[in-house]
Amino acid sequence: MSEITLIEGVTLALARALEEDPSVVVLGEDVGVNGGVFRATAGLQARFGGDRVLDTPLAEVMIAGMSVGMAAQGMKPIAEAQFCGFSMPMIDHIMCHAGRMRNRTRGRLSCPMVLRFPSGGGIHAPEHHSESPEALFAHMPGIRVVIPSSPARAYGLLLAAIRDPDPVIFMEPKRIYRWQKEEVIDDGEELPLDVCFTLRDGADITLVSWGAMIKETLAAADELAGRGIQAEVIDVATISPLDMDTIIESVGRTGRCVIIQEAPKHCGVASEIAAGLADAGLFSLLAPVKRVCGYDTIMPLYRNEMKYMPSVRRILDAIDAVLEVS
Amino acid sequence: MTDRSNTFKVDYFQFLGVDGNLVQGVKVPALAKDLDRLKTLYKLMVKTRLFDKKAVALQRTGKLGTYASSLGHEAAHVAIGAAMKKEDCFAPMYREYGAQFYRGVEMSDVLLYWGGDERGNDFKNAGHDFSWCVPIATQCLHAAGAALAFKLRKEARVAVSVVGDGGSSKGDFLEAINAASAYQLPLVLIIMNNQWAISVPRSSQNQAATLAQKGIAGGLTSIQVDGNDLIACLWAMEEAIEAARAGKGSVVIEMMTYRLSDHTTADDATRYRPDDEVKAAWDREPMIRLRRYLTQSGAWDDAQEEAWVAEASAEVQAAVDHYIDQVENNPQPVTAMFDYMFKELPHDLVEQRAYAERYPEDGGHH
Repeated sequence: MSEITLIEGVTLALARALEEDPSVVVLGEDVGVNGGVFRATAGLQARFGGDRVLDTPLAEVMIAGMSVGMAAQGMKPIAEAQFCGFSMPMIDHIMCHAGRMRNRTRGRLSCPMVLRFPSGGGIHAPEHHSESPEALFAHMPGIRVVIPSSPARAYGLLLAAIRDPDPVIFMEPKRIYRWQKEEVIDDGEELPLDVCFTLRDGADITLVSWGAMIKETLAAADELAGRGIQAEVIDVATISPLDMDTIIESVGRTGRCVIIQEAPKHCGVASEIAAGLADAGLFSLLAPVKRVCGYDTIMPLYRNEMKYMPSVRRILDAIDAVLEVS
Repeated sequence: MTDRSNTFKVDYFQFLGVDGNLVQGVKVPALAKDLDRLKTLYKLMVKTRLFDKKAVALQRTGKLGTYASSLGHEAAHVAIGAAMKKEDCFAPMYREYGAQFYRGVEMSDVLLYWGGDERGNDFKNAGHDFSWCVPIATQCLHAAGAALAFKLRKEARVAVSVVGDGGSSKGDFLEAINAASAYQLPLVLIIMNNQWAISVPRSSQNQAATLAQKGIAGGLTSIQVDGNDLIACLWAMEEAIEAARAGKGSVVIEMMTYRLSDHTTADDATRYRPDDEVKAAWDREPMIRLRRYLTQSGAWDDAQEEAWVAEASAEVQAAVDHYIDQVENNPQPVTAMFDYMFKELPHDLVEQRAYAERYPEDGGHH
């Protein structure tokens, strides 16, 4: 029985995967001796050796391109981009090759790789370290996008991502890397990559979020409970493919929905969810669907970064506006 | 400060002169005397050129989409294929047909791909090779990844990739050199320097005296060869592959050749390329000198040439017939665009696939 943090859930899953599958290789900048700048790969090189946990030259395109090559030739690379901003040069290989390899070759070659990176703001990091680019990756055909928000989901979803026969982008909300501890049994059980997780049941309103914003969303739900309003909280977690069924079913019961995302609003995942509700849940809606998002601005440097992100108050104001409609 | 950027030496190798005689005063490799082998490779060069001419003709008559010709590269391409073992891995750019034919890619595969049908990438006889790679130079890193996979699994296999003179300006190529050096990869990187990146001449890529020297900067053995000399290309490839397979690290080979065709059938090189340059390049092309050499050596004659052209032309025509038959009588259904997206189709695509099935022939105004 041990309680671990989200990032320890990541480490546990990586160790499990390295243990159970000799084709798994962890690679990235500073992932070896140093154990990763956030310690996600701490101890793995010492335990599994330098042929399984590889420090790379400082070259993100190389990390992504070689991962594609390795994956197409029978390995399971788990590549790390040190921060979300450094995944940008990798997009050529992710979008133009990883996501297309199976389709391009009519199934002759495939690309079972995982690209993981810390994302989101809130830790006073420098420029380019705090963005939430999930919508960019979710827009790419052939790619799965996953964001855990708890230690158990980090463990179970990462294991599933590694075992998946196709490429997965695994975004780790670094603001909540060490927020909560929970007991995670290292039993190798994976979680499904295509369903939402309902974290809290409620009949009055559905709150939909993912990643680090789950923290504020749950806090808002707590506050509502104090007022006698029961909010259902859904953690999307698997951004692509998106499980609209769970959300539509919930909104079918509550009639009201607020979607909370840290990323910019325009063309974000929240917009896709709202469109899904307009398409298949319109007649159960009792009020307009509201999105509470990051602004469509550059993520500010750290002194203002929390002002950018949806606060519990901004979430509650949106909820109140939705609840007011009768 | 003294400019020493070009003071080191990049060795250049040529064994077969444009006149069809072996170059005097250099140690010619033993393979120059293996006439049976050279004859086999010459025949593949002839077939590749016949195929290429046919493919361009198909495009001109509306039966093929945009096609990237390999005209003028036959010696370099065939040498690459011939130096590799079946279990090695090839990551081409998009015109290395001679190498690919040697490795088992079918002529009809090439036609299907440029004919707009993904089944052309489903190489039945070159199972693990990468398919054509349009994003320039990215294939170098896929080959580096393959090489790392082979090294980690302790397999005696080598990965080979080709990039153009234009592609050698890209970061992916330089990062592949760096990776090969950092991990001592069993990787051979070929710069197919055909002097033109669409309309941009070699001289506009950079002021370096050679492109091979980029490999030297990364710590790799790097040479230039006459890319129109089959013997030099094959010798260099075999040396490089042997070294890579023996764990002695990676080699960069700059093959000096000339793109005798337009960049693709969508290009018109007469807009930017002087006629006299192209005419001079035809004097150095790879087929004539090899034919002369084989003829002078008694290994080839006009009758054999005529017979082989007839036989190879029939093979080309059979490939064309198969291609036309596939796209006309056995086209991919609309659902094929969904069926290879993931090993198991996610629920959202299951839905879209079912929807698409209701519009099997739709598109545009239909």
